[in-house]
Amino acid sequence: MRIPIEQHTLDNGLRVILSEDRTTPVVAVNLWYHVGSANEREGRTGFAHLFEHMLFQGSANVGANEHFELVQRAGGTLNGSTWLDRTNYYETVPSHQLALALWLEADRMARLLPAMTQAKLDLQRDVVKNERRWSVDNQPYGTWWERLPALCHPPSHPYHHSLIGSMAHLEAASLDDVADFFATWYTPDNAVLTIAGDFDRDEALRLVHEYFGPIPRSARPPARPDFSLPALFESPAREVVADDVPLARAFVAMRIPPCGSAPWYAASLAAAVLGLRKGSRLFTALVRGARVATDANAWTFDLTKGADLLVVDATAAPGVDGDALEAAVHAELDRAIDEGITDAEVQRALALLETDFVASLQSAGDRADTLSRVATYFGDPELVNTQMDRYRAVTAADVTACLRRHAVRGNRRVLLYVPRAGDAAPDDAHEPATAGAAA
Amino acid sequence: MTGTLEQQGDAVSALATRPMPPAPPRPAPGTPRPYHFPAVHRTMLANGVRLIVAPVTRLPLVTVLALVDAGATADPAGEEGVAQLTASLLTEGAGDLSGAALADRLESMGSALDAGADWDASVTRLTTLRGRLDEALALMATVLRAPRFPDDEFARLRDERLATLLQLRSEPRALASEALDRMVFDPRARYARPDGGSMRSVRALDRDAVVRFHAARYTPPATTIVIAGDVTPDGAVALVERHLGDWAGAPPPALVAPDTPSSAGRTVTLVARPGAAQAELRVGHAGPVRTTPDYFALLLGNAVLGGLFGSRLNLNLRERHGYTYGAHSGFDWRRFRAPFSMDAAVQSEVTAAAAREMLAEFEAIRTGDVRDDELSLARDYLDGVFPIRFETTRAIAGALATLATLGLPDDYHDSYRANVRAVTAADVRAAMAAHLDPARLAIVAVGDPALVHEQLASLGHAEVRTIDPAALTDGDDAA
Repeated sequence: MRIPIEQHTLDNGLRVILSEDRTTPVVAVNLWYHVGSANEREGRTGFAHLFEHMLFQGSANVGANEHFELVQRAGGTLNGSTWLDRTNYYETVPSHQLALALWLEADRMARLLPAMTQAKLDLQRDVVKNERRWSVDNQPYGTWWERLPALCHPPSHPYHHSLIGSMAHLEAASLDDVADFFATWYTPDNAVLTIAGDFDRDEALRLVHEYFGPIPRSARPPARPDFSLPALFESPAREVVADDVPLARAFVAMRIPPCGSAPWYAASLAAAVLGLRKGSRLFTALVRGARVATDANAWTFDLTKGADLLVVDATAAPGVDGDALEAAVHAELDRAIDEGITDAEVQRALALLETDFVASLQSAGDRADTLSRVATYFGDPELVNTQMDRYRAVTAADVTACLRRHAVRGNRRVLLYVPRAGDAAPDDAHEPATAGAAA
Repeated sequence: MTGTLEQQGDAVSALATRPMPPAPPRPAPGTPRPYHFPAVHRTMLANGVRLIVAPVTRLPLVTVLALVDAGATADPAGEEGVAQLTASLLTEGAGDLSGAALADRLESMGSALDAGADWDASVTRLTTLRGRLDEALALMATVLRAPRFPDDEFARLRDERLATLLQLRSEPRALASEALDRMVFDPRARYARPDGGSMRSVRALDRDAVVRFHAARYTPPATTIVIAGDVTPDGAVALVERHLGDWAGAPPPALVAPDTPSSAGRTVTLVARPGAAQAELRVGHAGPVRTTPDYFALLLGNAVLGGLFGSRLNLNLRERHGYTYGAHSGFDWRRFRAPFSMDAAVQSEVTAAAAREMLAEFEAIRTGDVRDDELSLARDYLDGVFPIRFETTRAIAGALATLATLGLPDDYHDSYRANVRAVTAADVRAAMAAHLDPARLAIVAVGDPALVHEQLASLGHAEVRTIDPAALTDGDDAA
């Protein structure tokens, strides 16, 4: 399964990736800027994400929210998202509207600032505060995605602080911050532009040169923070959060090699063996077997700088307290280390990853995002076409060795949510199992 | 609006470091290339199993859906939750395989098989690479025809449903939806209660209830198989014939209508979550059936009201007032009358202000004309985005399943874009006036009573009734 890839770099440093598939008249435009919350300055947590909102507030030739309107009027879908170390913007449009999508992205890359006003910033600050309440503060377990990175990275590390940001820091953000962030990070030499789907190659390249070519590269390449970390946690750690939740939930994070590095593939397969779908070790043992959990998964954070995290999450069954749940997760990890992983387990994980990979190639938007991601992080989008080969080269012994190095007790950090007094599940909600359960 | 950035001292210096190249003119669209929804082949086996096949050969991937007329609407009275429990138990042991062995067999082929039930149907979904289709379909057929419903898996999944109901008490969005269902339907209607059953009804279920439900409803005439992906029509028919051709059974019993609307008129309900960081708002009432001739006018009208980023509700509540991260509206289409609702999660302090804006937008679209630019945005979007909705085998199979479940015409997708384009502003106004009714509007807020109660009372819409989250999950008639 290979997807066609053509690469160009403009004189201003913009990397351009083209991937044709003319079977359906749809084309995706996807732009990754290599900047995220990790690049925020002191006292401005949440700014990279607030800035992403501002990119939909217009540019020199586009009105506030007109970007949304023009793309939807063209029959397209669009959005943007912010992550720890990147921000992406994307449109999928009927193929005869490719020029519009490119023009809109170029206008805000080249000419954002004339459209920025204090009123727009104030309004988006309120919107983002409500986004924080909606996605973090008013959701059961909703704080996990700022607590877990904080627990797993030292305070000085760029991944430590909250992506969505604190209310106080959001309050402090100014138009000067907007101008400064734009000049520093939103430059063509800090971006990857991917076009995937139905397009004419020569015409697409002509449009890219016309719209993006004149945009100046960064005046001075920005200083990037130091992401380096030791290969393992310096010590175990545990944070217990009493929250408005009826059932305990445990997150157990292990430090693993950075995503995309050679040894990472064994760790990624280890995660799938442990906790991808119902045939995985954790589901079999904790959910189907001992019934201490109603759900159990393992996955990687996919951090490409410094180190990545392999995370197990499990939600307690009614009547099972947080300590018992956590102990059960630890015991399963210990067992995987002691017994080792079998070839059949690795083959199951590989087969699932392969199907997922093929399924992920179906939509132009997903293909474009994957190409932008691989080019941004690893320099070469062709790695997409050899990714499954790198997975297939991993043996059961490699997975076992990975777990014996990275899943050891000293390399586990635990975030445990427990019901606040009064919120615990009543005992009568749980009826004990009536039949013996096979592990 | 305050001054633009160029007038700010510091910002100018930042601008100076980033010279702006002149802008090229905004481009005109090119020539559209034709798009056709995949060709669909329909047939029926001798035993009554319907088969719908859409060949999509771009990638070696196949999605298969098995739809059975065994959704939550079919729950017998007093056994609410049995439909979802039955569906989720299908994959937990079948033929001579335990649940664990079944999962292992399928996953070792890279296949994923999931089963669940919504209001209208039980849906078993298989995604597999082409090369494993025969083997995976054999297992899927076994799961439909010969589930074992092991005692221990039955007990586990029933306990998991009880756990889900517990979790629901702390999930504001799910609570808001349950509360709205409770208020917009007659208290005795099936739609007024959680689709997966309540604490009381689920606790009362035993394995026999599941076995009975399966025997009565999982039969060939109740089953539709949808296949989208790298297959030929003849090959797909042969495969389904091989695995389901000798399955026998009678049509399932008729359904009891689940959708009697509430007769309570206007209501205001506060689901009390002391300390909540936000208020989840829902405003709505029971809507029309999906087969209404007004469907396309309502689709366009809703897009203008709250179906798009640039809709009235979102531009008002989010982009003008900053009350919320997003405001929307929608008709939930099912085989029977399902809710229409407007929704937003808002800062607690502006709950009443946000509700007032929603009510005002509801009134405006019901009694006034949509502007040309609003209608053209909705129309051009829905028409233009059509091909983008069907890029995956899963999306194509899902769209065909919706036709089958809701009884929509076979040419629905071929005529969809023309139907969208035919809607006029007068159509929208007439449809919205006919189907939106302020006298029946239920307002629901899930939030902190200390911050929200007085605000809700100040709306003057109806007396505020405060309920506990548990009232929505326990299944006692007190609520």
